[in-house]
Amino acid sequence: MATRDITADSLLDVERSFGDRLVYMGRFLWRDKGGLIGLVMFLTVVFAAIFSPTIAPYDPLEQNLRDSKIPPAWQEEGSWDHPFGTDNLGRDIFSRIIYGARVSLTVGFFGVLIAGGLGLVFGAIAGYMGGRVDESIMSVVNLVLSLPYLLFVVVIAAILGRSLINVILIFGITDSPIFARVTRGEVLRLRQSGFVESAVSAGATWPRIIFDHILPNLIGPLITLATFEMSRMIFYEAGLGFLGLSVPPTVPSWGNMLAAGRKYLTSAPWIATFPGLAIMFTSLGMNLLGDWLRDVLDPRLRRARK
Amino acid sequence: MQRYFLTKFLQSILLLFGVLLLVFFMVRLTGDPAALMMSREASPEQLEAFREAMGFNRPLYVQFADFLSGAVVGDFGDSLHFKTPALPLVLERLPATLQLAAVGLLMAMVIGIPLGLIGGFNPGSAIDSIGRTLALLGQSIPNFWLALIMILFFAVRLGWFPSFGRDQWHSVVMPAFVLGLPVMGQLVRLTRSAVLEIRSEDFIRTAYSKGLEPRIIYAKHVLRNVAIPLVSVTGVQFGYMLGGSIYIEAIFAWPGMGQLLEQAIGWRDFQLVMAIAIFTSVIVLILNLLTDLAYAVIDPRIRYGH
Amino acid sequence: MQREKILEVKDLVTKFYTLDGVVHAVNGVSFDLEPGETLAIVGESGSGKSVTMMSILGLIPSPPGKVEQGQALLRNGNGQQDLLQMSPGQLRDVRGGQIGFVFQDPISSLNPVLVIGEQIAETLTKHLAISREEARKRTIKLLAHVGIPDPELRYKNYPHQFSGGMRQRVMIAIAIACEPEIVIADEPTTALDVTIQAQIVELFNHLQAEMGMAIIWITHDLGVVAGLADRVLVMYGGRVAEIGSVDDLYERPQHPYTMGLLGALPRLDTRESKRLVSITGNPPDLLIPLQHCPFAWRCEYVFDRCWEEVPQLYPAGLKQRAACFYDIERGRPRHE
Repeated sequence: MATRDITADSLLDVERSFGDRLVYMGRFLWRDKGGLIGLVMFLTVVFAAIFSPTIAPYDPLEQNLRDSKIPPAWQEEGSWDHPFGTDNLGRDIFSRIIYGARVSLTVGFFGVLIAGGLGLVFGAIAGYMGGRVDESIMSVVNLVLSLPYLLFVVVIAAILGRSLINVILIFGITDSPIFARVTRGEVLRLRQSGFVESAVSAGATWPRIIFDHILPNLIGPLITLATFEMSRMIFYEAGLGFLGLSVPPTVPSWGNMLAAGRKYLTSAPWIATFPGLAIMFTSLGMNLLGDWLRDVLDPRLRRARK
Repeated sequence: MQRYFLTKFLQSILLLFGVLLLVFFMVRLTGDPAALMMSREASPEQLEAFREAMGFNRPLYVQFADFLSGAVVGDFGDSLHFKTPALPLVLERLPATLQLAAVGLLMAMVIGIPLGLIGGFNPGSAIDSIGRTLALLGQSIPNFWLALIMILFFAVRLGWFPSFGRDQWHSVVMPAFVLGLPVMGQLVRLTRSAVLEIRSEDFIRTAYSKGLEPRIIYAKHVLRNVAIPLVSVTGVQFGYMLGGSIYIEAIFAWPGMGQLLEQAIGWRDFQLVMAIAIFTSVIVLILNLLTDLAYAVIDPRIRYGH
Repeated sequence: MQREKILEVKDLVTKFYTLDGVVHAVNGVSFDLEPGETLAIVGESGSGKSVTMMSILGLIPSPPGKVEQGQALLRNGNGQQDLLQMSPGQLRDVRGGQIGFVFQDPISSLNPVLVIGEQIAETLTKHLAISREEARKRTIKLLAHVGIPDPELRYKNYPHQFSGGMRQRVMIAIAIACEPEIVIADEPTTALDVTIQAQIVELFNHLQAEMGMAIIWITHDLGVVAGLADRVLVMYGGRVAEIGSVDDLYERPQHPYTMGLLGALPRLDTRESKRLVSITGNPPDLLIPLQHCPFAWRCEYVFDRCWEEVPQLYPAGLKQRAACFYDIERGRPRHE
């Protein structure tokens, strides 16, 4: 045992029981307050998204032109009726922010689900089968990963038109290569460690190998990656919205709000300020959570992403 | 090493082919490129005439062959909006985007790398915390939103910088900073983790066992190894900045390729959009190739093979 | 008359403060080294053999490691000095100067982006007041000395351009560059082929005959020890289990662990076909502070005292010392 290996064991060491792992994670969560904060922030957003109708004081779509461009409550002309003020069409910003969480989380969650699913399947096949199959899959992966991502997402969104489904599909498909690459890396590592061979020679059957050995080792890196990618997708959705390429303008999304706010930057800066803060809040929370996950799930794992 | 170059070069050619294929099919994703490129009110006769003129009725492989043969000589057709060849329009915007990305990268490196180095050599110190916080913020703040806020504050309220355009020498400062902020975050993290990782390597222990001064160990042994991944990442990030400048250019009215892209999308000028997409991808591919070459030169394991 | 010892280690204790708890890696180790002798430190993974030597020279990563107590007295020009009390500058002079190191895995122990000649020469320029050109010349001679052909050319090669055995020779060149009085070799042949192992052992013997340095050879492989060592120190659970001359130990081991190790060794000199004895049980859990003999779980001679106290080193057998409450020679628990 080399001196430098005397560190914390991997959480995914199969010998540890589930109970042990939970306790370990709990201890870690407490020590590393960043993770706790991130979790709380993330849950706040989730909460807002799920319970929007209850929390939001107004209907986010309700226009009231007489009350347009009211500043936030703490400024002179503002009032606590509209804590964050109203936009150019008199819609309550606070409510729109709350509802906006729905769009962002939906895009993030389903986007990552699709990307992760596709990536997992293709990455596992590539890693397991090797040879030609691996090469062809990885060449597509490398192609997509070496392209200016933002550019293509914007162009495709422009081509396909504005809709929630389009956005989810675009992100899901274009982001799957990174999941594929990470999965493949893990699968290769497991293959090389002789782990699989010994399981096979011990008589384990296929489903067994996958469930007991391969999947547990994949979950860690993939969940960490998923957290970061979800944060990225929320970002990109906002960016698309900002350019007018995301969900239709009537839907309250943070990106759409930013686009509107851009026009009224000098006259009513709060229209743009709050959605940005919301995005930052969500993103920060998820990045903190992701960092914590990465530390706790395998402190010694090298980063697979570039 | 020759083989390395050759392999990478061929891979780039293949990637380029992939990009052309991708762009070609992107425009035909909705089935009718004519409907995509013409305005919504176009009559069926106008659409049909357009299709004939653009050759969309020909078999796909014929169209692709045509497209390909044009692409290799730099003929990407004519811009629908300007009615002049697309590529020169893009080329004249290149210097502005290059300047923006270069200055942004420079700022990111000058701030990010030293912070990462100090953080890696003194983990847990105050500067380390600052660096890591900056990295976190850099990745959590939507930079298009930050751009708006900064314009509001530094340009409108304080008047230190122009809020748009490229006319004055210091016009580049704000957009470059905002564009470079996420990269700054990446660099801090990467440098820091590279330093930490290398410090725990066996050969550093050997260096200590020789009784060398810490100064020498850091400069000669640690830093030279840190430089390797750093070069790689910097090159790639530069590529991302070039390809992802659309928001910043749009907000700051910076006359680069990104602004042209936003305008082209607005005009539904997809010929121009395609030209921009292809050209940007080519630049990114060339950059990646150059980065790979630089990597080979710095890392003796690749330079002198096994 | 006793020759003056070149190194005396007393009651060394090293702990690692990790997320899983405190690892008691070294629990009170004492031994000494005479000039020019070869001392083998033998033990399984986790016995503390490497950590002991690293602790002495301040090479323990500190967090999480900490040398809690002990002395490591090195004889030098001014009599004796405690390595553990030295200033960083003094310690740096010792490392590479008076004490050289050879590590286990030459591919990871050499800097991949520096030419090997430079990696040797920098030791010379650090410890001896010579010019770079002079250092270069001496390095080339050193390379030849350790058996690397075409040293002029090879000076400019990188570690990955050498084979495993050659790389280890480079490491040895680094270690002996400044003609140290002690060379500490931490499992230098473990990562090598058997044939190369023999060559490296041969090289060590040769260099020692020529230069007269003492060698501390850390290994888990008793087979290598036989051809090499004058004395052997067996470690278990962070403590010294037995220490004595190589002949005494092999002939009449006095600690149950040593007996187990020797029993597990395939031997060519016994006529009877003996089954290889493997020691049952698992290595001790270093997270628990030591309160009794660490070998108690696996020992066939264990009795109640073994569970109550930690054994010290008692004279045993011919001229060895063993940390065991059971007197194997006389077949009964010790009285003292």
